[in-house]
Amino acid sequence: MKLTLKIWRQKNAQVKGNFETYRMDNVSPEMAFLEMLDSLNKRLVEEDKDPVAFDHDCREGICGSCGMYINGHPHGPVPAITTCHLSMRFFKDGETVWIEPWRAKPFPVIKDLIVDRSAFDKIQIAGGYISVNTGSAPEANNILVPKNVSDEAFNSAICIGCGACVAACKNASAMLFVSARISQFALLPQGRIEAKARVRAMVDKMDEVGFGSCSNTGACEAECPKQIKLTNIARMNREFYKAF
Amino acid sequence: MSKVLFASISKKFVMALAGLFLLTFLPVHLIINLMLLKSDPASFNEAAHFMATFPPVKIFEVVLIASILIHVTYGIYLQISNWLVRPVGYVSGNKSETSFFSRFMIWTGATVLTFLVLHFFNFYFVKLGLVDGDPEDFYSMAHNLFKIPAYNYIYLSCFILLGFHLFHAFSSAFQTLGLNHRIWTPVVKKVALFYAILIPAGFGLISVTLWLFR
Ligand code: HEM
Ligand code: SF4
Ligand code: FES
Repeated sequence: MKLTLKIWRQKNAQVKGNFETYRMDNVSPEMAFLEMLDSLNKRLVEEDKDPVAFDHDCREGICGSCGMYINGHPHGPVPAITTCHLSMRFFKDGETVWIEPWRAKPFPVIKDLIVDRSAFDKIQIAGGYISVNTGSAPEANNILVPKNVSDEAFNSAICIGCGACVAACKNASAMLFVSARISQFALLPQGRIEAKARVRAMVDKMDEVGFGSCSNTGACEAECPKQIKLTNIARMNREFYKAF
Repeated sequence: MSKVLFASISKKFVMALAGLFLLTFLPVHLIINLMLLKSDPASFNEAAHFMATFPPVKIFEVVLIASILIHVTYGIYLQISNWLVRPVGYVSGNKSETSFFSRFMIWTGATVLTFLVLHFFNFYFVKLGLVDGDPEDFYSMAHNLFKIPAYNYIYLSCFILLGFHLFHAFSSAFQTLGLNHRIWTPVVKKVALFYAILIPAGFGLISVTLWLFR
């Protein structure tokens, strides 16, 4: 396949960036999207040029670092996957592919396609934990949790903190992420103990680091690689009102 | 405490409550307006008189004006803050699947606001004695306005855009209040569609009837 890539290049947070055009002549449909970028970078290094900086680690959809905005969608046009799971067979010969970093004030560009997502860590640190003594693992059956409840908590806990929800949202709101992280605790008895303080602290931090508010538009849900549901946001709102 | 009061979720909560109140007011207003279709002005004028003078309704009026002011202020404030969170946009646009009308709430809202200003000059300010007119004969004033074609064009366009606003608004308010349910949320969305068509259709019917058939 032949492709034209339009990639956002930016040296650091201080300078302005711009789109560079790269022609790719030999893209195999069997390649992964990140492999395609690897082959571009190999070429750039051979030409003694600066390779495109992009984040990646696990390349199996669990670390959440490979965020990039491809042709109008976070993680590309295929629903429910991360960029590392995106295959080149979803692109057409001759297509132009736009690749942009996440765009949100709390996610400043570090270089090219890499953004600083530590705003998410700050929210997590504010309340995304339970206070327990360390030591050997407690007996799992001491506190019984109904299967449907533990499933629901699990469905929230699989959020990988990738930031696609923020990238997709017209308000750059982090409500889907924050609500998933609140729900994973709020649903379980161990998490109820600090529930009020948690929701207040995390929402407070979310506002402080500067994410937008929720318009219930649903772009986050449509783009989340882990299919986290909007019901989490309603639950977070309920938890927030109960914390008064 | 003050942090909780000014949290983004609290702002949306207040905005949704004010919006829900406005949602209940619209059918009341529509029912009274339907009396404009009668050839005898008495019942409409009596209803308008009742709404203007009956003490419990006066409380309703204060809540109504407050709701409009709060909803509009917060709506504009939140929208501007949200725009500022994305100073650099996407060149490849945003192609995510979304609740379509939610993307234009500020514009449909602004249209409704413009109409409200016109509407207040035509009627509410007359009642308050700020603008000339006979507050006891809103019937004739309304009939005269609907004889002007341009007024009908503006009226009908504004109500179509109001319908767009209402369609997203209705279900969005429930979600903001934390009311999301496996069975009921799809029902709320259906009622929202019904409501968002019925209200503009009702007001539109009055406009078209008085303009073309009287
Ligand atoms: C009869 C008139 C109106 C009714 C019944 C109404 C109702 C509502 C409701 C129920 C919501 C949903 C709130 C939520 O998302 O939780 C909403 C949203 C909204 N309204 Fe209105 N509204 C009206 C007029 C206006 C006006 C005049 C404006 C002026 C700017 C406005 C601006 C907005 C905006 C910007 C939103 C979206 C808020 C967001 O995305 O977070 N509305 N409206
Ligand atoms: S909610 Fe989904 S899109 Fe948002 S950070 Fe978590 S996994 Fe990514
Ligand atoms: S590289 Fe880890 S999720 Fe894509």
